[in-house]
Amino acid sequence: MFGRLSKAAAVGAVATLLGAGSASALELTMYYPVSVGGPLTKVVDGMVADFEKANPDVKVNAIYAGNYDDTRVKALAALKAGQPVQLSVLFSIDAYDLIEQDAVIPFDEVAKSADDKAWLKSFYPGLMANGVINGKTWGIPFQRSTIVMYYNKDAFREVGLDPNHPPATWSELVAMGKKLTKADGSRWGIEIPSTGYPYWMFGALAKQNGELLMSADGTETHFDKPQVVEALQFWRDLGSKYKVMPEGTVEWGTLRQQFLEGKTAMMWHSTGNLTAVKKGAKFDFGVAVLPANREPGSPTGGGNFYLFKKSTPEERAAALKLVKFMTAPERAAEWSIATGYMGVSPASYQTSALQSYAAEFPPAAVARDQLENSVAELSTYQGGRIRKALDDAIQAALTGAKPAKEALGEAQAQAQRLLKPYH
Amino acid sequence: MRKEWVTGYLLILPAAVVLAAFTHVPIVRTVHDSLFSRASAIRPSRFVGTGNFETLASDPVFWKVLGNNLAFALGTVPVSIALALVMALLVNRKIRGQGTLRLAYFLPTMLPMIAAANLWLFFYTPDIGLLDQILGAFGVSGTNWLGDPDTVMPCLIAMTVWKEAGFFMIFYLAALQTQPPELWEAAHLEGASRWVYFRRVLFPMLMPTTMFVLINAVLNAFKLVDHLFIMTKGGPNNASNLLLYYIFENAFAFNDMPAAAALTTVLLALLALLAVSQFLFLDKRVHYR
Repeated sequence: MFGRLSKAAAVGAVATLLGAGSASALELTMYYPVSVGGPLTKVVDGMVADFEKANPDVKVNAIYAGNYDDTRVKALAALKAGQPVQLSVLFSIDAYDLIEQDAVIPFDEVAKSADDKAWLKSFYPGLMANGVINGKTWGIPFQRSTIVMYYNKDAFREVGLDPNHPPATWSELVAMGKKLTKADGSRWGIEIPSTGYPYWMFGALAKQNGELLMSADGTETHFDKPQVVEALQFWRDLGSKYKVMPEGTVEWGTLRQQFLEGKTAMMWHSTGNLTAVKKGAKFDFGVAVLPANREPGSPTGGGNFYLFKKSTPEERAAALKLVKFMTAPERAAEWSIATGYMGVSPASYQTSALQSYAAEFPPAAVARDQLENSVAELSTYQGGRIRKALDDAIQAALTGAKPAKEALGEAQAQAQRLLKPYH
Repeated sequence: MRKEWVTGYLLILPAAVVLAAFTHVPIVRTVHDSLFSRASAIRPSRFVGTGNFETLASDPVFWKVLGNNLAFALGTVPVSIALALVMALLVNRKIRGQGTLRLAYFLPTMLPMIAAANLWLFFYTPDIGLLDQILGAFGVSGTNWLGDPDTVMPCLIAMTVWKEAGFFMIFYLAALQTQPPELWEAAHLEGASRWVYFRRVLFPMLMPTTMFVLINAVLNAFKLVDHLFIMTKGGPNNASNLLLYYIFENAFAFNDMPAAAALTTVLLALLALLAVSQFLFLDKRVHYR
């Protein structure tokens, strides 16, 4: 009995020694969020397994960590506690906060070869807008979305509108919305969600009215500019004046169900919902770019890869390899088809997989078509507080508690106070 | 003698260690952290005294949230206690289907708050929601229940009462089962009506339970925020925001731990004040003499 035990121990010790000999394998830890439905963790795990197969000397621990806020909190807490985290997928708009915390390094420090530099330029510029700050690339686009307009083609036919001509301008949106709205309240013309991420939807309206919500260096907001006020007034008017949208706020979480039940003929929502709408719609639906006023526009959204500072040069090189692998055109295409997120580079839309998918399901390409007009999502220093100030102002205006001008003026004053130390 | 107190301390040691580690030390640290400024890589944290509290005092959202929380407590506590008592009295009688009825009343309590919030989110959804479909039959439709600052709080209060009353019913039911039947028989012989018996005998006998339930209900009014994550995120324009949710926002959405610590200190002080006053003023009248 005792002899067998000691033999087992000896074998174990030898195995440990041998293991130690070949344990030069690099280990990377990566946190990532999932904020839309579906078994996305499986897709990520599959991609990571493929990477490990292609790079046997690197081991990757990909840890699913909840939504964007959870993931940021967990990754930063792990760093603070001395746990290794070399890279993560975090909210694209968290860049300023991560830089301020001195947690991340720009990709330029690692991607130095000519090949790497070309790779940095291979993504859609619209998707790099949130990641490039002061000339350095802090974030590489991975799970990225944008706002598109879903519309019910059957409802369009029913009221005599051309189902292949969704509204292209604000005035068409109002005119068609009026036709589509039923007087008895059983169907609205259009719904734009104003809970959850009001500032995101508002970024689209502001851009369409010719104004951005913030400066490129994240130290100034433009909430009280006349065109921004006008944009919020238009949003309010859709409900209170034109009566094509419910008054008050529209719930983000239940809007898709409203659309699928035919209670609204059009909705603005994330491209991340495309697969779910495709599965749930019992009617003929279309996907369109958002209508324009002074110009077209829609903000991007979603998660970027970041490299963390606390890492060795070897780890950084391996992390870069992993990011390159995950964002390579074939993988980006596969990821886009599985999730509805965008292909992150023009090359990904050139792959045969995504081309045949877009041919059989044209809405998949709408997000790409809109990319040339896309802008960065609201992102500044003190981002959380400033987004909240704007969200509150939007909701105050939409519920009629304050006029648009007053609400945005207050939000701007608060943002200026918060951003003062950064000038 | 000496040995006895050593044994005593050894006996409470495990509980004391756990309490200290998970309650007392965090409280002290929270109060400590609330006195320092937010740290960043460029500017390290420094002592600011009451600075964080002064910022809070000048924050209109804080006052709104505090007011909301008081309204939420006033709306949920009395109604859910009264409802719990009525339900307990109903299911305490010998009626057919007593077990099923008890289960039905208790069912909302067994649902996790997140699940309940998801259900009610769809009850309240304009047009396709249960509430609007019922009202639609009477010609009222399209009410934006959660999207209107005037209706959102009553909506959340109604859901919370639905969720809580069954839980408190269990305590009343347990208390009712221990009441000696002779009391009613004696009162009945004296010619007391059911109502007089309830008001003069039964309700005073239930006072210790009411006290217990009251403290729990008040604490819950400040502790329950799970539904906000699902239903409103505190909106529109903070109309349904509550203290604990605002603490969460400060800590994890704004990344501002000192502000969250200051808010937590305020919440702790508030709860301590409520608990102490309940014990001081109500405890004397609780026990039937």
